[in-house]
Parts: sequence; C-alpha cells; structure tokens
Amino acid sequence: MSQDAIAPSHVRADLKRIASWIEPDSRVLDLGCGDGTLLAYLQNSKNVVGAGVELDDQQMIAAVRRGVRVIQQNLEQGLALFDDQQFDTVVLSRTLQSMHNTEHILREMARVARFGIVSFPNFGYWPHGWSILRGRMPVTGEMPYQWFDTPNIHLCTLKDFEGLAQTLQLRITHLATFNGNKEVKLLPSWRSTLAVYRFESPNKKVK
Amino acid sequence: MAELTVPNLPSTVPASTATAQASAIPPGSVGVVSPQFISFNEPLALTSGQVLPSYELAVETYGTLNEQRNNAVLICHALNASHHVAGIAADNPKDIGWWDNMVGPGKAVDTDRFFVVGVNNIGSCFGSTGPASINPETGKPWGAAFPMLTVEDWVRAQARLADHFNIDKFAAVMGGSLGGMQALSWAITCPERVEHCIVIASTPRLSAQNIGFNEVARRSIISDPDFHGGDYYANNTVPRHGLSVARMVGHITYLSDDDMAAKFGRAQRAPADNGEFHYGYDVEFEVESYLRYQGEKFSTYFDANTYLLITRALDYFDPSRNCGGDLARALQAVKAGFLLVSFSTDWRFPPERSHEIVRALLKNQVPVTYAEINAPHGHDAFLLDDARYHAVVQGYYDRIAARLGLGEREHITGVLA
Repeated sequence: MSQDAIAPSHVRADLKRIASWIEPDSRVLDLGCGDGTLLAYLQNSKNVVGAGVELDDQQMIAAVRRGVRVIQQNLEQGLALFDDQQFDTVVLSRTLQSMHNTEHILREMARVARFGIVSFPNFGYWPHGWSILRGRMPVTGEMPYQWFDTPNIHLCTLKDFEGLAQTLQLRITHLATFNGNKEVKLLPSWRSTLAVYRFESPNKKVK
Repeated sequence: MAELTVPNLPSTVPASTATAQASAIPPGSVGVVSPQFISFNEPLALTSGQVLPSYELAVETYGTLNEQRNNAVLICHALNASHHVAGIAADNPKDIGWWDNMVGPGKAVDTDRFFVVGVNNIGSCFGSTGPASINPETGKPWGAAFPMLTVEDWVRAQARLADHFNIDKFAAVMGGSLGGMQALSWAITCPERVEHCIVIASTPRLSAQNIGFNEVARRSIISDPDFHGGDYYANNTVPRHGLSVARMVGHITYLSDDDMAAKFGRAQRAPADNGEFHYGYDVEFEVESYLRYQGEKFSTYFDANTYLLITRALDYFDPSRNCGGDLARALQAVKAGFLLVSFSTDWRFPPERSHEIVRALLKNQVPVTYAEINAPHGHDAFLLDDARYHAVVQGYYDRIAARLGLGEREHITGVLA
C-alpha cells in the first residue's frame, strides 16, 4: 500500500489547506483529480469517501494504481453522472481557468455538493500587471504558458471570482491565498499567485 | 449436488513441467491447458419456468486457489467464446484462449496471484450441456427442445460451480460484452459472493437497434431450409448459410465504421482485367470477401441453436425490468466495488450504456471506477491489445491483490511488458 501513504510533507500547501476544509468521513468529489494525490491523502488522513473525475488516460491510470476511484470524463460535458447533493464537498483544483463554460461548472458543483472548493491562478498578482505594462503577457510559475499555447482561457482576479460567486449565489466561507508553497496573508489580491476559495451551495438541503 | 467427473486438479500444466510444448510457451502464457467437465445432477430451475434436469459445465482454471479461498476470479464469456480463456489448448496448439492477452502470469489478471476460472455456459456448443447434447429423456439431441436461457440462469449455474470449488466469494467476477452482463448480474443476484465486479464494453440492457440486429441474425438461421425447426441434428444437416449470414451481421456490429474503412475501404477484390467491376452479385469488394470468409468459418464450428439461444438471452437481459425500469433500484443490493470500461467507437454498446450503470452505482454509493478508452476498434476493442485499457485493468487488479494481501506483482508480461 506504499502508494497510498503520501507523507503530508509531500502534499502541496494549497492541497493541505483544501484538506483542512473537508470534514472527516465526508463524501468528496475531486474534479480534474489528476493522479489522485489529494483524494489518496484525504482517504488516508480523513477517512473520506472520495471519487475523482479525470480525462487524461495516464493520470487516470495513476489514480487507479493509487486506489482512488476515478471516473474518466470530460468536465466540459458537465456532471450529469452525479445526482443532486450526492457529495458533501466538490473540489476543482487549478482547473477553473481552463474550462470553456466557467459558470456552468460552478453551477454544477453547487448542484452535486453542499460545499465547493475552487483554486485558480490569481491574475491580479502584481508582477502580471508590471509585465503587461511592459507590453508582454505574464508568464509565471502558476501560469507557465506563452499566450499562444496556454490552456488558460478564463483568467480572473480574486475580485472577479467573488463577483461571479455572488451572481451564482455561492456564499464564500473561506479564502486562502498562496505564493509558491507559502501562504500569503498580507495584500493577497496583489501578492498571491494562487487563490483557493471554499463556498457553500445555495442548493444546500436543510437537514 | 455437484458430482465430480474429473478430479479437481488444476487444469493448467505449469510451463516447467509441460515437456514437449515447453519451448513453445511464450512468457505470460498459462501454458498448455485442458478443460475439466463437471456434472451437476441437481435440476436447475430456469427463469422461463422450464427445468434443466442435469447439466455439465466445461471449465478451465489457471493459477492456484489459496488457502483462504479468497483469490478466485470468474471470467464470464461473450457470445462465441468459451471456457478456454487463456493458454494453449492441449488438443490444438493453435487454439489460444480468447482473453490470453489479459490473463496469465504477470498479465493484467495475474495468475501468479489469482485463481482464474473460465467457464463455458449452459446452452453453448463448446463442451457444456447445450442443444446438441443428448436429452436424457429421449436419448436424442435436445435440438429445439432445449430450454430458453437467460443471463440469470447462467449466473445460477455458475454459482453452483463456485460451490463446487468451495469459493464463497469471488475476488472479482469479470466479463466483456455479454460477459459483462453476467458480471453485473452476479453483483445483483449474489451480492455477498462478489468482492469486485468488472464490466467491460457492456450494457445494462439491449437497445431496440441491438435487438433488431439479433433478430436479423436469428431469422437468417431459422429461415435456412436446413434448420428443420432446430432439429437439424436428426436430419444430419446444419443451417450453415443462415448461420454464416448471422455471423456476418454480427461481425459488422463489432467493428467501427472507421476501422472497417481503414481495413478495407472500398478496395476491390479481383477486379476485371481493366480494373472494372464484374457487375454481378459475386464478391466485388474486399470487405465482402472478408465477411463471407468470417461467416463461413464461423458456420463450421458454431452451433446454430446456440446462436439463437445466446442472442435471445442478450435480448432478455434487463435487471431494471422488475424495478419499473429504474436501474439504480435494481442495483440497490449490490455490495461489490465496480470497474467499468467502455470504448469510444463501440456503437454496439456505446459509452452511454456504461454511463447508465455508473450513474446507477453512484446513486447507490457503490464504489465505482470508470475508464472510457478512446480507441478506434469498436466493440471488439475489449479483446485487443490497448495499453491504456490493460493498464487500468492491471492497476485495478493490483489494488484488489493489495487489499486481499495476495502479495506484490512479480513481473509484467503481455500487452504492458
């Protein structure tokens, strides 16, 4: 079971923060789960019942080898396989910015789970502005692509996301911001490269 | 009770002790294999209301059943397959098992750790009791009198086989296409006896189009003058032409349009001297030649009554039928973990059919993993060497082995080697 045992030190700071927002023994759906690192970590450390969605063959195979349940599907097709409120928390880590239909996936997240967690590169990171002032599109660690080969089509700042969340009636409960593997607390909308939000679904059933 | 006709010995001859053929056994093969024939004298009550008074099952096994008897894997066969899942048939060295690329030492289904059972279903023509067998009441072949069968009947017969081997619970029940239906049915009808259910290129029920193709196949057999209402054995005839046409129709549905285009396109077969058509109904195109060859070959070894029975069992399969069409309700009692695999170009049982199963399982909070392989080969892809597909199955089995404490994989052979 060696592949299961992911030492906490090997889990990125943002994933650890995401994990800290997830209740033990709860049901988690990880969209774009990659090789299943987060879910394996959650299964081991929080006894979470998880499922992942991943399109890429190699990542999917890696997740299966880790013992993570994974459903191979394109997120752009929506989450039709999942019922309303089937999960406690749904995670979309570092993927929102590359989705064609941003609003739709957020609505779907709110439909299938009580809580949603999204992370995305912060376009408001101040060197980006500096780069644009110098006439070039920014290329940084969190967005290492050139303008012509980037999969990122919907870049936003923290304020932009908060605006959309409000429109969709997603009640933001937590925010964490990172620069590299370090959490940023001071002036995060300028100084962070990655934003992680937790929100509550407006569809949450009253229990 | 199950009565042993052949001693319960492993039917696999280990490669090291198979003398003459040893040099010809490739790595990853289970070696030279022979079937066992196991008799069951307790009548089997069938879904149709008919009763099969007694029956025999042809079985091959590979690997060793461990002391806890928890490492058994049942492989359910598809339409024209049999118990000969892997290895080299002892009586015909050219007869390699139909899923030999999947099952063997070091392969995805690793027989170094798992005890694999391949069983031929009742109604078949490959050794188990079927329409060509002698009806004990009349002393003549069953023919048209052989009872109709369902997938659930096969599962019941297989469950008795599990009893025979003292296997309370299979580590996995696995099958592709019709075999996947049996695996699904196992998980529903015997939830306590299946740890994992592996359903590949399958469906929870046939569509009208599927049934339509089956009906064309059956009518071509039944309307063959040599069919004699199913009692052709007594007339010393075989409805070869009908069976051959049936196979041609089936064969088309197993391939994808792209695959056929790539293989044959509109290539002409023996065109006239000036490259022209012959303007007649003999073979003009390569694809016709291929299909006729496949059909004729099939009609020499497959029993027409078996083809009718099996396609009908396919049509009948629908576990949601007793639950108002609600598959999720039909799957409520399921306890197994699931692996499903579908192939993007499979238009016989397309990915959407697997989605239905995935959805219903998720609804019941059943653990499910689903791979949708983007492969060009249509329905037949489940038998072919696709590394991604085999890697998913291998990864899944390695997890099963880890959970059951069956040890580590020692080596990798086959498609992934």
